[in-house]
Amino acid sequence: MSVWINEDAKVIVQGITGNQGQFHSTKMAEYGTNIVGGCTPGKGGQTVDLGVKEVPVWDSVQDAIVETNADASIVYVPPPFAAGAIMEAAEAFDRIKGEGVIVCITEGIPTLDMVKAVAYVSDRPGVRLIGPNCPGIITPGENGGAKLGIMPGHIHAKGRIGIVSKSGTLTYEAVAQTMSIGEGQSTCIGIGGDPVNGTGFIDCLAAFETDPQTEAIVMIGEIGGTAEEEAAAWAKENVTKPIVGFVAGATAPPGKRMGHAGAIISGGKGTAAEKFAAFEAAGIHIARDPSVIGTVLKQALQESGLL
Amino acid sequence: MNIHEYQGKRLFREAGVAVLDGRHCTSVNDAVEAYDALGSKVVAVKSQIHAGGRGKGILYSPENRDLVMEGGVKIAFSREEVETYAQKILGNILVTKQTGEEGKLVRHLYVESGCDIAHEYYLAMLVDREEKSVLIMASTEGGMDIEEVAENHPDAIHKVWVDAHAGLMPFQTRNLGASLGLSGASLKSFSKMLPKLYHVFISNDCSMVEINPLVKTSDDQIIALDAKVGFDSNAEFRHNASWDEMRDMSEEEETEIRASEAGLSYVKLDGNIGCLVNGAGLAMATMDVIQLYGGEPANFLDVGGGANEEQVTTAFSIILEDPNVKGILVNIFGGIMRCDIIARGVIAAVENLGLEVPLVVRLAGTNVDQGKEILASSTLNIHPADDLASGAQRIVELIGGVN
Repeated sequence: MSVWINEDAKVIVQGITGNQGQFHSTKMAEYGTNIVGGCTPGKGGQTVDLGVKEVPVWDSVQDAIVETNADASIVYVPPPFAAGAIMEAAEAFDRIKGEGVIVCITEGIPTLDMVKAVAYVSDRPGVRLIGPNCPGIITPGENGGAKLGIMPGHIHAKGRIGIVSKSGTLTYEAVAQTMSIGEGQSTCIGIGGDPVNGTGFIDCLAAFETDPQTEAIVMIGEIGGTAEEEAAAWAKENVTKPIVGFVAGATAPPGKRMGHAGAIISGGKGTAAEKFAAFEAAGIHIARDPSVIGTVLKQALQESGLL
Repeated sequence: MNIHEYQGKRLFREAGVAVLDGRHCTSVNDAVEAYDALGSKVVAVKSQIHAGGRGKGILYSPENRDLVMEGGVKIAFSREEVETYAQKILGNILVTKQTGEEGKLVRHLYVESGCDIAHEYYLAMLVDREEKSVLIMASTEGGMDIEEVAENHPDAIHKVWVDAHAGLMPFQTRNLGASLGLSGASLKSFSKMLPKLYHVFISNDCSMVEINPLVKTSDDQIIALDAKVGFDSNAEFRHNASWDEMRDMSEEEETEIRASEAGLSYVKLDGNIGCLVNGAGLAMATMDVIQLYGGEPANFLDVGGGANEEQVTTAFSIILEDPNVKGILVNIFGGIMRCDIIARGVIAAVENLGLEVPLVVRLAGTNVDQGKEILASSTLNIHPADDLASGAQRIVELIGGVN
């Protein structure tokens, strides 16, 4: 088992004919992701060469899903059109299958567009949105696996640690930390650093809790908002598996946006200190330095009798 | 991106949100003429800077930091007073609780007609991250610091969330007005104003609109006496012309602008260890770990997911412009970005810029072995590190140890 995306999930790519779309689709296919096609309005009927195979392009997500019975879609559409692309996929998955996973990698989508898109997705309960502004989701397999995103596939291995994070490269760091103690990953989910996004920490924790393959969780937060605090309080009541937590931005000054649109301490709220405190209060094992996530995880596994 | 009060009020006026008559001024002469043109016996002379707390701010002379005047917003009862206040505000430094000690040079004034205030309220619109919708907040405690009100009298803050599909509903507007104790003509005035203000928020892709105070006049009209407006920079592509016209570059950090033009995200901090990192989360974590090992980061710098040699060079030159920088830590976790390319970029930048401070480079991820080999075979004084913790410890040691 794994979370939301199985090793053999059928995936379509929105924006597959663009530079980013084609580059990353090729990398995803190389990793072993089962890419069954893509769509770009106006380019239906063409094919795209992904190195390991050639896949068809459709004009609409609806056509692509009808033809391929895809389980998931990944969005590499530029910011002005990305929210529209998310809603198109949500509508198509809902109408045709009643379910589906949409992963949006795009960075720089206007917040009010996301307010609309997230509301649209929420009205379709079978449809899940991951992102935007995230590295994506990866379920490593025995031979390859399903990589829906821009993360380097080769640093991962199949295993029992679930990872959820707001960040990109910091997630890779967490992956490397699990590998350093000989542990692989069940599923790694980047939820993104935007103020308004789809899937949140709590959704991921709940999924990891019920996933039999996942035995421990690494959770990486960052300054801004109160999602980490809410997730910690929720985990305290609902998660039995050990969690290791880190929060980036302890040294960030208030009122300054630190790269990610959502990474800002405003009105004295959203500090790393508050988030670490919430983690501690919830019994989450804390790593103050990402370089010790491996060590802390090892201790947590030992304490839980998992090592 | 933020704009000045006078610009925010122009947006309000165009949308039909009631504001008082006022004039934007950049000289003492402008201010006096504005007073004559407004024909109001009493006017407010208001400093225009991108920071709150102007009324309780203090003005200093830029040359010798002598105190010039207390209060960056003044009520003037005559032409002479307008002249005096304008002289004391323009060209001086205004320090408020939001500007930091260095304060901000005041280049713009807003001279605005007076009005007869019966009550002051607070009103704000913003995107609520947790509810994922637009939140409208109002309070009867106008003119006060809203964070203090939230802390001490949370009951005095009333909230409504706008449904993304339905938009702001008339009952929400009425209920919010009634919760402020408005009734009759003033409730009617509020109910007319709020949808228009919501339109300003949505049509301009605002990240925030704050009015403190929103006032009820003695004749029951609701008027925005303040306008703090911020835009969501992700939406710039929809508003190029109008935002360019409103953007006040002098309010922004020059290096931050240059960095963003080069596709880098840079924030200056007070420490002495420069950081160059790929990814916002990892860049923050790098700063944190430097501090954990006794150092102080000089900046946040994210070179993004696909930086090239030129961007790396620009990043180094921006870091080195800060005279406090005594050492640099490069931390790259290669994904799309390959470590060999970064290694070559680092070497080229060090050679071009003639780097004199110690440099620690930590590489991980895609093509890490090639990257490390390239660094090792160079004759330059580059200290390699295997992980973030040892890299941070090394740079702290190299600049002379823990603070």
